[in-house]
Amino acid sequence: MNFEWSGVWDAMPTMLDGLLVALTATGIGYVIALVLGLVFAFMRRSESRWISMPVGFLVEFIRSTPLLVQLFFFFYVLPLIGISVSPLATGAFALGLHYATYTSEVYRAGIDGVPQGQWEASTALNLSTRRTWTNVILPQAIPRVVPALGNYVIAMFKDTPQLLAITVVEMLGGAIAIGSETFRYSEPIAAAGLVYLVVALLMAWVARMVERRYGQVRV
Amino acid sequence: MSEPYSSPSADVMIQFDRVVKKFGDHVVLRELNFSVKPGEFVTLIGPSGSGKTTILRLLMTLEQVDGGTIQVCGDYLSHMQRGGRFVPADERYLRARRKRIGMVFQQFNLFPNMNVLQNVTEAPVRSLGLSKADAAERARDLLDMVGLSDKVQAHPMRLSGGQQQRVAIARALAMRPQVLLLDEVTSALDPELVAGVLSVLKEIARTTDITFLCVTHEMQFARDVSDRVMMFDKGQVIEDAPPEQLFTQPAHERTRSFLHAVIDRSG
Ligand SMILES: Nc1ncnc2c1ncn2[C@@H]1O[C@H](COP(=O)(O)OP(=O)(O)O)[C@@H](O)[C@H]1O
Ligand SMILES: [Mg+2]
Repeated sequence: MNFEWSGVWDAMPTMLDGLLVALTATGIGYVIALVLGLVFAFMRRSESRWISMPVGFLVEFIRSTPLLVQLFFFFYVLPLIGISVSPLATGAFALGLHYATYTSEVYRAGIDGVPQGQWEASTALNLSTRRTWTNVILPQAIPRVVPALGNYVIAMFKDTPQLLAITVVEMLGGAIAIGSETFRYSEPIAAAGLVYLVVALLMAWVARMVERRYGQVRV
Repeated sequence: MSEPYSSPSADVMIQFDRVVKKFGDHVVLRELNFSVKPGEFVTLIGPSGSGKTTILRLLMTLEQVDGGTIQVCGDYLSHMQRGGRFVPADERYLRARRKRIGMVFQQFNLFPNMNVLQNVTEAPVRSLGLSKADAAERARDLLDMVGLSDKVQAHPMRLSGGQQQRVAIARALAMRPQVLLLDEVTSALDPELVAGVLSVLKEIARTTDITFLCVTHEMQFARDVSDRVMMFDKGQVIEDAPPEQLFTQPAHERTRSFLHAVIDRSG
């Protein structure tokens, strides 16, 4: 087998275009996952079964089906219900929704990890429910969830090649396109892998920095 | 809901009227009656698991009654009047009544995301609407009183258990409660730290007109500070007497055996 490093290098401009697409999908998807996950977590804690049960079911359902199935589902179903958005937006949304089911579990564990006594002390001090959340519970829950949330941004980035299934061309898609033109696949795919590796490592490093700054402080 | 049994009156601070509390099938309080006068220091003793904490938690509105009524300061705690009828209290009503009551917990329950001063100022600012400066001044006075004026900026988790509990006492007092509930506040402490906390409490009981309902196994302390001691067992108050009487000549056999057991254990 002959492997030309120049082929890897030649693929780089296409890879960088693809990277932009992958980062866009990850960025938008991650914001959706962070916000929607918190909404899911709150709804699952609701005292009303009419809220907690359906949301619990939805979360389990999404979590138990492959992302690829969800991508196809939204790609074909959204236009049918009159929502026409770009494949990239559809992909980012599907990614965000999928990962929201994971982040909601992270939030749930983080909130449940705050001792019951903190709620009771807040009640005894007559703090309102809102103040109890914002000033007592969440400041203690967030440091517990930062490490896990950081890991999910990397996992999400590594899931972006699946968006190829709904015509979103990021790095892997770009590499395959080059391959089908030049009939050399190994170099562009190696280039894609290299970019994934470098960016994922960078993200891991950033996540560690964030964790060090905001994560669980041991005293 | 249950009907109110007696009309609120002002010369009692706390009134339990046929209060029933169950956990599942387990009846913890069976038609419990007792009252506490304003300014009184009442100690509640009784076997572990008998429901002493439950009584305090009901007063703090951390639990709801299954029957009967509780009045604090002449107001129903668990029920409110709406259109001439008594209905279960809502959150707004509870918040207005809760203002009068403070509680110190066995496990301190300080807020670990705040320093000592913030622990004491948080509720006065957020719940009473004090300015930050006024709340800080009040907090410094209280921390001074509990002997922690040098720990104002400390992180609570870096303090000893005894110091943490004294912060918790200052935090509860900062709300200027009329009633202070103490739930075995020295049980989680190393023996050498107990005396410091108890002497702070004695001083507060002596210098304020706060009404105390205190659960403790510190019999000497109970004897020193209480106006009245209630022996509680199997969901009811079985003996209610001034400390000299209850500790020296208990009328009830169960009180006698309980006191023996406690005194044996503490040597
Ligand atoms: N949240 C709860 N759920 C179920 N049982 C409880 C709960 N809280 C207290 N109990 C039960 O109620 C009884 C009285 O408890 P507690 O008031 O803590 O007693 P004490 O403070 O006298 O030791 C115990 O048998 C305890 O197991
Ligand atoms: Mg108890």
